[in-house]
Amino acid sequence: MKTFKVLGSGCKNCVTTAKLIEDKATALGVAVAVEKVTDMATIMGFGIMSTPGVVMDGKVVHAGGIPQPDKVEAWLRG
Amino acid sequence: MFAYFTQLADWATYDLLVLEAGTKLADAVHFFIEDTTKIFFLLFVIVFVMAFFRSMLAPEKVRTYIEGKSRGAGYVLAAMLGAVTPFCSCSSVPLFIGFLEAGIPLGVTMAFLITSPILNQVAVVILGSIIGWQMTAIFIAVGIGLGVIGGFIIDRLHMERYVEDYVWKIRMGEIAQVEIDESLRGRSRYAWDQAVEMVQRVWLYIIVGIGVGAGLHGYVPATFFAEYAGADNPLAVPFAVLVGLPLYSNITGIIPVAEALLSKSLPVGTVIAFMLSVVAISPPEFIILRKVLKPQMLLFFATFLSIAFVLVGYLLNALLL
Repeated sequence: MKTFKVLGSGCKNCVTTAKLIEDKATALGVAVAVEKVTDMATIMGFGIMSTPGVVMDGKVVHAGGIPQPDKVEAWLRG
Repeated sequence: MFAYFTQLADWATYDLLVLEAGTKLADAVHFFIEDTTKIFFLLFVIVFVMAFFRSMLAPEKVRTYIEGKSRGAGYVLAAMLGAVTPFCSCSSVPLFIGFLEAGIPLGVTMAFLITSPILNQVAVVILGSIIGWQMTAIFIAVGIGLGVIGGFIIDRLHMERYVEDYVWKIRMGEIAQVEIDESLRGRSRYAWDQAVEMVQRVWLYIIVGIGVGAGLHGYVPATFFAEYAGADNPLAVPFAVLVGLPLYSNITGIIPVAEALLSKSLPVGTVIAFMLSVVAISPPEFIILRKVLKPQMLLFFATFLSIAFVLVGYLLNALLL
C-alpha cells in the first residue's frame, strides 16, 4: 500500500489533486491512503513553497499545481 | 494584428446579430465581443509561450536570487521578480514563510508580495494592446515603486514583531527538486496545462470585468464621469480608491473596466488608483495573509497602500493634464 500526502492550504487545487490520486488508484486497483496536510510547519518541513505538493511514501514527488494524470499513474504503477 | 479582433466584433455585432451601429446595445455588445476574444486569446498565448520556454520563474528560484542580497538591491529585485513570477494566491503563505526562513528581510518579502498581484507579463501585454504603451509604462513604474517603498517602510518600522510568532519557528526542509520533462512533447504538454489552468483560474474575473466594462461603455453617458469625477473634483481619487477596496479582481479582469472608464474621459490618475485598489487590496487576500501577519500589520498594509494609491492618483492627474 502506498501512502500519499497532499500538501497545501486547502485550496481548490489541493482538493482536486487528492481526488485525482484517489480516482486513479481506484481505476488501477492500487491500494492507497491519501491524507491532506494543511499544517504549514509540516508543509515547509518537506521543502514545499509552491502548493499543492505531493509526498509519496515519505518522498516529495511533486510541487506547484495539479500533477498531470499520467504522472499520477506512473507513481501508482512504480 | 489586434485589428482582427475589431473586425471580428464588427462582423458579429452588425452582421451576425444585426444590431444597428451607434445604439447603446450595439456599443456594449461590440465591446464585449472584442475584449473577450482579444483578452482570452492573449492570455492563453502568452501563458503558453512563457511556460513552453520555462521563462516562468518558480518562487523557489526567486528565493535563491534574493537570498543574501543587500537590502537596497533586495527591494528592487524583489519587486521586479514579484512582477514576473506567477503564483496562485493560495501559495502566498508558504512563499512568505519560505522567504523569511531563508533570512530574506520582511520588507523585501513584502515588496515581492505587494507587486505580485499588481503586475504580470499577461497584464502588461493586454494593458499595452488595449490602453496604450505609455499608460502601461506608467503602471509598471507605479507597481514596482509601490513594492519598493512599501518594503522599505516596513523594514524601517521594524514590523517583524507583527508577524505571527510560529512563523519564525518553522524550519524548512531541503527545497524539493522535482524533475521535469525537457522534450518538445513534455514542454508542449506542460505549457498547455499551464495555459488551461490559468484560464480556469481567472476566466470569471475577466468575464465579469468585460461585462462591467461593456455596460459602462454602452450605457453610461460620457458626461456622467466628467460631471462627478472630473479632474477638478479633489474627492474623485479617494472615492475611486474606497470603492475599489472591497472589490476584488485579477489584474486581467480589471483592464476592460479601466478601458471603459478611460473612454468616458475619466482622468488617468483616477483610473490607475481605482485599478490598484481593486487588485492589490482585497478581502480574500487579507484572510490568507492573516495566517502569518497580525491584525496591526494588516491594518498598516491596507492603510499604507490606500494612501499611496490616492497620492499616485493625484500625482498622475497633475502630471498628465
